[in-house]
Amino acid sequence: MSQIFNIARKEFSDGLRNRWMLAISLLFAALAVGIAWFGAAASGQVGFTSIPATIASLASLATFLMPLIALLLAYDAIVGEEEGGTLMLLLTYPLTRGQLLAGKFLGHGMILGLATLIGFGSAAVAIAILVPDVSLGLLISAFVRFILSSTLLGLVFLAFAYVLSSRATEKSTAAGLALGVWFLFVLVFDLALLTILVVSEGKISPELLPWLLLLNPADIYRLINLGGFEAGAQGLGVMSLAGDLPMGQAALWLCLLVWLGVVLGWAHLAFAKRVG
Amino acid sequence: MMSAVVELNQVCQHYGKFQVLHDISWNLQPGEIMGLFGHNGAGKTTTVRLILGLIRHSSGELKVLGGQAHDAKIRQQIGFLPENVMFYPQLTGLETLQHFARLKGAPIGQVEQLLDQVGLTAASGQRVKAYSKGMRQRLGLAQALLGDPKLLIMDEPTVGLDPIATQSLYRLMEKLRNEGTSIIICSHVLPGVESYIDKAVVMARGHLEIVGNLYELREHAGLPVYIRVRGLNGRELAHPAIDSRSQLHDGWEELAVRPDARLEIVGQLLQQQPLDLEVRPPSLEDLYCYYTEKAGAVGVAGVQQ
Repeated sequence: MSQIFNIARKEFSDGLRNRWMLAISLLFAALAVGIAWFGAAASGQVGFTSIPATIASLASLATFLMPLIALLLAYDAIVGEEEGGTLMLLLTYPLTRGQLLAGKFLGHGMILGLATLIGFGSAAVAIAILVPDVSLGLLISAFVRFILSSTLLGLVFLAFAYVLSSRATEKSTAAGLALGVWFLFVLVFDLALLTILVVSEGKISPELLPWLLLLNPADIYRLINLGGFEAGAQGLGVMSLAGDLPMGQAALWLCLLVWLGVVLGWAHLAFAKRVG
Repeated sequence: MMSAVVELNQVCQHYGKFQVLHDISWNLQPGEIMGLFGHNGAGKTTTVRLILGLIRHSSGELKVLGGQAHDAKIRQQIGFLPENVMFYPQLTGLETLQHFARLKGAPIGQVEQLLDQVGLTAASGQRVKAYSKGMRQRLGLAQALLGDPKLLIMDEPTVGLDPIATQSLYRLMEKLRNEGTSIIICSHVLPGVESYIDKAVVMARGHLEIVGNLYELREHAGLPVYIRVRGLNGRELAHPAIDSRSQLHDGWEELAVRPDARLEIVGQLLQQQPLDLEVRPPSLEDLYCYYTEKAGAVGVAGVQQ
């Protein structure tokens, strides 16, 4: 266990040193505060509207940002060590590949989790202080769910980054693959699902389609955050399928955790197979 | 006899259909310095990787410090200095060693002592990216010595070191040997390591060509011993073991003699009352060339010799 902490400690201090954590925290805080106050500007409203609307806007944004940041943070975790010439040396230490991977995951996860907490948490604090008669109970529960699920989504994509990093032979390849994964889950998947919806013209069982959302961790994340409110299912695009999904919040969380477990397992396997 | 620190018994290694090591057997005893020599592609790196537990051997028996090379407890007792060692450029020398000390389970207090030992105390606060190659190599050496390893493996340790640092590395090797550390050194700088190694292993094309100390290697090779003598002034010398005689400058001559008769010939030469006399047995480099060429190894130009 101490070896995992030793690796995590270095990754975390690297994150502080190269200002990754500061940058992510500031970015999240600025975007969150901006969305909370100006999110409804398109409909002619300026100022805080409601907690569900704010969370819905933040979740839409985080669906794009969290996977991207997680992939950027960790795409070179393994291949970068190899290119830098430190991987072989590390592997001669009393340290298993599993411990090395777990340490990196813990370190990167702490950076991501803390940055999310600081960034989005500061928006919650700003709302609590500046908005009169906001329901504190609802605010806290909504933001706790939002921050936890955002972190979990980030962790899933950290795991994807380790898979790529373990399989790529060059850092640049890993970076390209990371962008590919981001495109696939954040943009292409939903478009493909919508295309299937339109093209099938009802031939595919309507009961099956909502389940397909579970094949994308980013969609599960959105379901968690949009479905948490009464008005949540009013989402656009594929999210409109969510209303037909006979799953509770707990099951959605579980699905995201399963995603994390499976992809981490895959990363471990890919790293174990890598000749290093 | 004490149990061997490293013991290879008929070790073979395959990468798919390609066999890179063929029945390698040798052992390293406590407090021995062993040179592992061979041309590029001879199997040295694979052997080192096996000993370090980075890969598993295909067949045969391999024991490191009485156990399995990939066992964490065994690894804790091994120090490794890779060729062209690299570290995290953003960390300082001190932070680098502290990180590796924690991973090794070595006392953090040892870090400053090792930095001092390799002459990096003044530069310990600088980031590694500002280090010269020689400084990086010295940091690598300090890293390899963390936790006082029982087995130290060094791959081309003198690359990037100036002559003084090279000499102090060799002296350090001797000191460690006297304290009981076993050392494996892979190097192409054969004259440098010649007088420090207790044993040499010469490999070619994945085969073990010879293992033994310098005397055994010489005896087995039977290469001529060169005797340089000055002041014979062309006097006759008749001995069936003298293979050749050639004139050099300033009255020096060189005789190539069969090794078993060298003492007898030196005795004869001394009776002639020469002005000076030097005996040069085959060097490690001569022996290395002999054994690798015998194995048909690839030469510098990439042409089979």
